[in-house]
Amino acid sequence: MKSQVRNRIERIDANTMILNMGPQHPSTHGVLRLILELDGETVIKATPDIGFLHTGIEKAMENKTYAQVIPLTDRMDYVASLSNNLAYLLSVEKLLDIQVPPKAQFIRVLLTELTRIASHLVWVGTHAHDIGAMSMLLYAFREREKLLDIFELCSGQRMMTSYFRIGGLAQDIPEGFESKVREVLGTFPDRINDYENLLTKNRIWLNRTVGVGKISAEDAIDGGVSGPILRGCGVSWDIRRSNPYSGYEKFEFDIPTGKDGDVYDRYLVRIEEMRQSLRIVGQALDGIPEGDFVARVPGVVLPPKEEVLSNIEALIFQFKLVVEGFSPPVGEVYHSIESPKGELGYYIISDGSNKPCRVRVRPPCFVNLSALPKMIEGGLIADVVAVIGSIDIVLGEIDR
Amino acid sequence: MLAFVIITFVKIAVVLVVFLLLIAYLTWLERKLLGHFQVRLGPMRVGPHGLLQPIADGVKLLFKEDIVPANVHKFIHNLAPLLTFIPALIIVAVIPFGSGIKILGYEINMVISNFNMGILYILAVSSLGVYGLVLAGWSSNNKYSLLGGLRSSAQMISYEVSLGFSLIGVLMMAGSLSLVNIVNAQDKFFNWFIFRQPLGFILYLICAIAELNRAPFDLPEAENELVAGYMTEYSSMKFAMFFLGEYGNMINISALATTLFLGGWHGPFLPPVVWFLLKMVIFLFFYIWIRATLPRFRYDQLMNFGWKVLIPLALLNIFITAVIMIL
Repeated sequence: MKSQVRNRIERIDANTMILNMGPQHPSTHGVLRLILELDGETVIKATPDIGFLHTGIEKAMENKTYAQVIPLTDRMDYVASLSNNLAYLLSVEKLLDIQVPPKAQFIRVLLTELTRIASHLVWVGTHAHDIGAMSMLLYAFREREKLLDIFELCSGQRMMTSYFRIGGLAQDIPEGFESKVREVLGTFPDRINDYENLLTKNRIWLNRTVGVGKISAEDAIDGGVSGPILRGCGVSWDIRRSNPYSGYEKFEFDIPTGKDGDVYDRYLVRIEEMRQSLRIVGQALDGIPEGDFVARVPGVVLPPKEEVLSNIEALIFQFKLVVEGFSPPVGEVYHSIESPKGELGYYIISDGSNKPCRVRVRPPCFVNLSALPKMIEGGLIADVVAVIGSIDIVLGEIDR
Repeated sequence: MLAFVIITFVKIAVVLVVFLLLIAYLTWLERKLLGHFQVRLGPMRVGPHGLLQPIADGVKLLFKEDIVPANVHKFIHNLAPLLTFIPALIIVAVIPFGSGIKILGYEINMVISNFNMGILYILAVSSLGVYGLVLAGWSSNNKYSLLGGLRSSAQMISYEVSLGFSLIGVLMMAGSLSLVNIVNAQDKFFNWFIFRQPLGFILYLICAIAELNRAPFDLPEAENELVAGYMTEYSSMKFAMFFLGEYGNMINISALATTLFLGGWHGPFLPPVVWFLLKMVIFLFFYIWIRATLPRFRYDQLMNFGWKVLIPLALLNIFITAVIMIL
């Protein structure tokens, strides 16, 4: 009690001003609320306050069958929904011990890498816009549109795709898929160069980002920070490389790293990641093997439609699966992937029923956001928006 | 005497109407240009290519509810938009936009008032504009507005110094404070002050953007940091006043740049007024272009740049001009 009072007294200081930034603020990327203690424009103390977008997704998952959870995962990190699908499915497949056919693996890799690019495009657009380069937003969204077209072609949905299913994919890749991806592969490298022309050596951009929002590698690791922010500190940590999943060990790609752990390094890392993702997409597209798009596991994966229409057993399987789902063995699994924002993991506890007993998501944004105060204290208000932008948060994922 | 009064009033009326129309269509031009810079079309729906959009906007703003938040200082809250708008309006009085013409035997100067202290008047009146922003920020009872007001006062006062200095070179060479005389000193193409005062011109361009609070110096209203800065709490026509003032200042600054550096109305073939408007549009285009391209400065960097780079350079420019003139 006494210490609380002392804290209060310390905080009532005529020289500082408490600024409540958000939850309705153009640069908090959703409904993040920051309580900033300011001395003039210098930030003395920053306290993030989250929970304004709490949707209860984790709780809702407990009331859905395993297959019904997939669309919920889309709605967490809604700018990278396929990565969420993948992380959840890999956990479920680990629980069920299902081997995904190579064709599905390749397409999963291809599409999640496109998702990474799409997510980074949203990031580069909004981040640059926060710093005042307003046109970048529209350029980035123009390119993202092409990627969303590809997702729409596959799944019929632009953002809430739910295209991946337990054991593989919802359906085979459609006609015209390859040419669309090739088009992106052809035009996108030039577009990245254009972005770099606008920003990378821009004097004002450098002034605004170099040395801003620094975090040391030790602090980042201690805080559990992952993804481009950790790599920006010079730590070459990427789950695609360290714990390959979905056949990532077959692809050649580099892991870009920075040195200083400032906003500029994170920018460079993400820009380079887009190029590396394109490399992976190219390799995946060239190497899509023949075969089935989904593991044929009776009782878990829906049987093919032709069989359902001609075979009574298949019809019964389909009926049972749709009505009550399947019941995996009792157990706990955790599987994580390298989502565009960092380590995205799903921890699933199964009690042997057809619904998960508990699903806990390890969201990269939430953990990365917890490093925010460390990065902005001592900076200016203008740095706050630059740093929030560089963390690349999605509140849907933080609040769940 | 009566003729003089009538002519003056007619000139004022014409200039005022044209000026307000220019402001309205400048907003259209900005939205259109930004649209095309950003691979989209800009306004297209109201009239052909959105040409009636400014009028629709004006009507909309007039009919909007005027929201005054609780605990604002009412009088100052109402006064501030006027303080921004009126200086922008009265600066036009001294800007010459053409050579004299003769109608019905009367000699008519294409300037409302050929005032022999023109530049001094412009500098004096334009620095009044900062009061509008500061008072708006202070009276709104909003922390973002307050920060915006503080930023704008610091920024405009510091950049006014270098803006003033950057003009001194021109004044020294023209030997007059009257804008008409300055234009007359640039009658030949190579006499334009842009060639004789290149450094002064560049300094003026930069300071002018800062004076206008436009990107990349748009800190007082940086929407990504301060929501809308000093005008966060304004709505309806009061909000529009700030906008009119801002765009009016943009036109003034461009007109002044044309007058001081690009030879004013001088040019072959076309009528002088057309030349004047054309040159002005070049500047306006430039400002819009910059806004579409560059990120925003940070507050401390802006102040450093103003005091440590621009002012020394402006002083250097004065020194060089003086040395050359003496030699």
